Amino acid sequence: MQPNAFDDASFPYSPARALSLTVNGSAVSVTADVRTLLVQLLRDDLRLTGTHVGCDTSQCGACTVHVDGEAVKACAVLAVQAEGCAVLTIEGVATGEKLHPMQEAFREHHGLQCGFCTPGMILSAMDMVRRHGPVLDETTVRAELEGNICRCTGYHNIVTAIVAGARAMGAAPAHGVD
Amino acid sequence: MFAFTYHRPDTVTAAVDLLRAHEEAKPLAGGQTLIATLKQRLAAPSDLVDLSGLPALRAITLADGRLIIGAIARHADVEASPTVRESLPALAALAGLIGDPAVRNRGTLGGSIANNDPSADYPAACLALAATIVTDRREIAAADFFTGLFETALEPDEIVVQVSFPLGGEGAYEKFRNPASRYAMAGVFVWRGDASLGETGVRVAVTGAGQGGVFRWSEAEAALAGAFNPAALESLGLPADEMIADIHGGGAYRAHLVREMARRAVARLMAAAA
Repeated sequence: MQPNAFDDASFPYSPARALSLTVNGSAVSVTADVRTLLVQLLRDDLRLTGTHVGCDTSQCGACTVHVDGEAVKACAVLAVQAEGCAVLTIEGVATGEKLHPMQEAFREHHGLQCGFCTPGMILSAMDMVRRHGPVLDETTVRAELEGNICRCTGYHNIVTAIVAGARAMGAAPAHGVD
Repeated sequence: MFAFTYHRPDTVTAAVDLLRAHEEAKPLAGGQTLIATLKQRLAAPSDLVDLSGLPALRAITLADGRLIIGAIARHADVEASPTVRESLPALAALAGLIGDPAVRNRGTLGGSIANNDPSADYPAACLALAATIVTDRREIAAADFFTGLFETALEPDEIVVQVSFPLGGEGAYEKFRNPASRYAMAGVFVWRGDASLGETGVRVAVTGAGQGGVFRWSEAEAALAGAFNPAALESLGLPADEMIADIHGGGAYRAHLVREMARRAVARLMAAAA
C-alpha cells in the first residue's frame, strides 16, 4: 500500500491552497494541501465514499470519476488540477431516487457481485456513450473496459449491462449532473 | 508525496520563468506518469508547474504539409481528431493504444516524449516520422531529442510547445502490449516514403525493447528498402544482449517480438496499399 500523503508527520505539509470546483452540481470550496489527490478530496474531505481506491496505481479503475464530462482516474489527478472543473461521482449519477439508465442496466443484468468496481464501471460506461454514442457492440465495450478491473467474476454481465444501459441512455432524456 | 509548491501559469513565458526560478521545479502535463512517481516518492520536485492553463498548446493543425500537434494535446484528442485520422492515421491509431481510455483523457503527447520512457509509444512515432520537436526556444529533430532512458535533449527549464510531423508516405505501428501495464513490450513504427513520388526511404523505429530506449533499426530499414515485404525481415535478428530483459520477458524474447511487430507493420502497410 502506498503511503498516504498525510500519514507521516516528518514530511512538512505543502502550502495549503483554497480550491473551488463543482461536485455533482454543487459548488464546493475547500482548503487542501496541494498534494491531495482528487480521490482523497472526494472521499476524505467531501465524504463521497462511492469513489473507491482499489490499486492506487491507476490500473484498476475503481476510482474513475468524470472531470468536465470525461472519465479520469481520480487516484492519478491532483485535486488542484480539478480547480474550476465540474466533477461527477457515482453519488451524482442518479436523479433523486431514480437510478440513471446505466445504473438500472447494471441492476437489471446483474452486472456486479461485490460492487466494489461498479462505480468506476458505470462512470467509464457513461464515457463510452459520450465518445461512441448509445449503440455499442460487445467488442467495443470489452476493449473500452481495459482500464476497469473486476475481481469477482467474468465481465460477461458487465458487458451486457453496458450495451443495454447505453441504448437506454440513447432513448432517455439526460440524467444526472455532468 | 514530498512537499511541493503548485503553480498554474497562463503563458509559456511564465511557465519557463517558473522553471528557471526554481531549480528543482518540474513541469506537470497530464500527470499520468508524474503523479504516480510522486506518490511513490521517486521524485521530489520543489515546485510543480502545471501546463494545463495553456490551452493554445492543445491545438491540432495542418500547415505547410505538416501535422502540428500541441504539447498538451491528450492521447484521446489525437486518437479522435479528424485532422490526425485523415492526415496521419497511424498516429491516431497509436494514440488509441496508450494506457486505457481514462488515462488517454489525461496523458499528453508532450508529457510522453519529455519523459521518454523506454516503453512509451510516441517516441517511436517521432523517430520513424522524422518529427521536429518545437520547444519554447528552439526546434529539435527527433533523432537528436531522445538521448537515452528517460533522457532527452531538453534543458531543465525548457518545455515542449508542439510536435511537427512531416506528411507524405505511409506509416503503421504495431505493439505487443504488456497486458497489465499496457506499455509496449515491443512496439515498432514503420514509415515508407511515397513510391509514386520516387521516395524509396523506409524508417523503422523500435520502442519497449532496447536497453537504451527508442532506436532506429537500420538493418531492417536497409532490408525493407531493397524488398518491402515481411519476408525481408525473416533472417534479421537484433542482439538479445542489447534488449531489455525483465520479469516480463528476456532479451531473446524481446528481439523476437520486435521482428514480429515489424513484420506485422510491414504487412499492414502492404495491405493498405493493395
